[in-house]
Amino acid sequence: MISGTAGQLQSGPASSGAALGRKIGYGLLYIILILVAVLQLLPLVWLLFFSLKNNQEVFNLPPFSLPMDPKWANYSKVWNAGNINVYFLNSVWVTVLATALTVILGSLVTYAVTRMKWKGSSFVLGLFMVAMMIPVHSTLIPLFSVYNKIGLTDHPLSLIFSYVAFNMPITIMILLGFYYALPREVEEAAVIDGCSVNRMFAQIVFPMTSSVLATTAIINMIYNWNEFIFVNTFISSDIYKTLTVGVQNFIGQYTTDWGAIGATLMISILPILITFLFLSDKIVEGIAAGSVKG
Amino acid sequence: MDKVLSNKKIIALYVLPSLLLILGVVYIPIILTGYYGLNKWNGISAMSYIGFENYLALAKDSAFWSSAWHSLLLALFSTLSLVIYLAVAMVLATRIKGANLFRKIYLIPMLLSSVAIAQLWLKIYHPTNGIVNSFLQSIGIANPPAWLADTSLVLPALFIPILWQYAGFYILIYYAALKNIPASLEEAAKIDGANALQIAWKIKLPLAMEVIKVTIVLAVVGSLKYFDLIYVMTDGGPNGASEVMASYMYRVAFRAYDFGYGSAIGFFLLVICLIITWVIRKLTATKDTIQYS
Repeated sequence: MISGTAGQLQSGPASSGAALGRKIGYGLLYIILILVAVLQLLPLVWLLFFSLKNNQEVFNLPPFSLPMDPKWANYSKVWNAGNINVYFLNSVWVTVLATALTVILGSLVTYAVTRMKWKGSSFVLGLFMVAMMIPVHSTLIPLFSVYNKIGLTDHPLSLIFSYVAFNMPITIMILLGFYYALPREVEEAAVIDGCSVNRMFAQIVFPMTSSVLATTAIINMIYNWNEFIFVNTFISSDIYKTLTVGVQNFIGQYTTDWGAIGATLMISILPILITFLFLSDKIVEGIAAGSVKG
Repeated sequence: MDKVLSNKKIIALYVLPSLLLILGVVYIPIILTGYYGLNKWNGISAMSYIGFENYLALAKDSAFWSSAWHSLLLALFSTLSLVIYLAVAMVLATRIKGANLFRKIYLIPMLLSSVAIAQLWLKIYHPTNGIVNSFLQSIGIANPPAWLADTSLVLPALFIPILWQYAGFYILIYYAALKNIPASLEEAAKIDGANALQIAWKIKLPLAMEVIKVTIVLAVVGSLKYFDLIYVMTDGGPNGASEVMASYMYRVAFRAYDFGYGSAIGFFLLVICLIITWVIRKLTATKDTIQYS
């Protein structure tokens, strides 16, 4: 909206005035953008700071003052006390397994839908796409009772099944655009040479999609790592809990130790932040690809 | 080629695992939700069929309607905040240096778990030591409110972290849409004497309309099923002042063990989400798609 200022000032009579006006205009734009960036980051900076303080420092020093001697002990304390390390490992392997399964199964479906000829392919694709609009909560009670009946409550498989199914639609959607754009010539040549469908998929098509696979894998990883409601509902034993629910319970027991709470939260968000530091382009691209086509 | 690609066994092999999974985890459960809603059931003892009693009870349940009202307010607020996101994206898309860095920074909150965000904002709103009230005290307000314990303030206080969490997501979507608009259109308008505000309003906005519609659906449906942050921060309290439909369903089913009634709420939620998606799509459907050139 402020961008109007630059344009209007620009139409002034003196050309030096116009240049100055444009500078002021751009200055204003930058101020807006920096202000938004500060608002987005400030809570996290504050979190980092209080994760390195003890309660006395949290309550008596100004909120954004740096801790005099950082209390890294907060981190080692929460890592060893409670089950944070167990939760952390559970998050890692549930996330990895569910992500790998979603990407592989999603690729197979997308291949069958875009490349193979069969009745009902558009109906099946429709089933996956409509599932995107279905709220998780509407499935929660039956999922809980069915998992309970077949002995999967309090079992990591309940999480993996749920994650794979609910992330399948968005995964297929991102893959679809890429598969439609893949040239068919290579496959045709392979068929003429007598290549089977399985080999063609495994050795030609699947490797060709590696860049979009990375994008979908990252989106899946972020969703799975942060998932809360399924773990909270299906898992009751500490040995199977993932970080999101574990963190929630842990903090429930230590409501007064701000340093410990800060350190716990930092541990839970660091893997995502580090991934973001290295793969931010892929992540931005993935989120854009996963949403705009909706 | 065609023969190789219509091998039924291979198609089944590729599609069936995922299809069974989505039927088992998504479609059969929503049918069951509808069915459970017609029963009285505590989750343990046998179900007893009671017809539409749960749904009739739902119609008369003031606690449910107040949660539905809060969900609606959140949907309204989320839709209105899209204007802010769009404005920031417009600024970001004005061929400004560092745009890439800014949109990455904006996205960071969106990547974090709702639990971490909720716990962080609980501390931000802490009545005595949170940064909000520390700031208010430092500018001379002696008794700032206890945001999350105040029935009239709790809902707006929860809306702020939601705005914060999703800012980067929507800005990113809008930025991508605005960047897709060819620069030649803007240049032509400039030559015709249009100023930046006119270009934004008359050219960029209409061309981004398709994407704006998608984001409205995302924001409204996302709001109606919103749960995590509210569940962790206030658990619907104080006194139901921040209860939303999904948190009410969770309370009824998994705290009060009224699975039948909880299912009725879950089914209502599903129907509402599907209807609203359909209505918004219909209302905003354009007959002719916009051509860029």
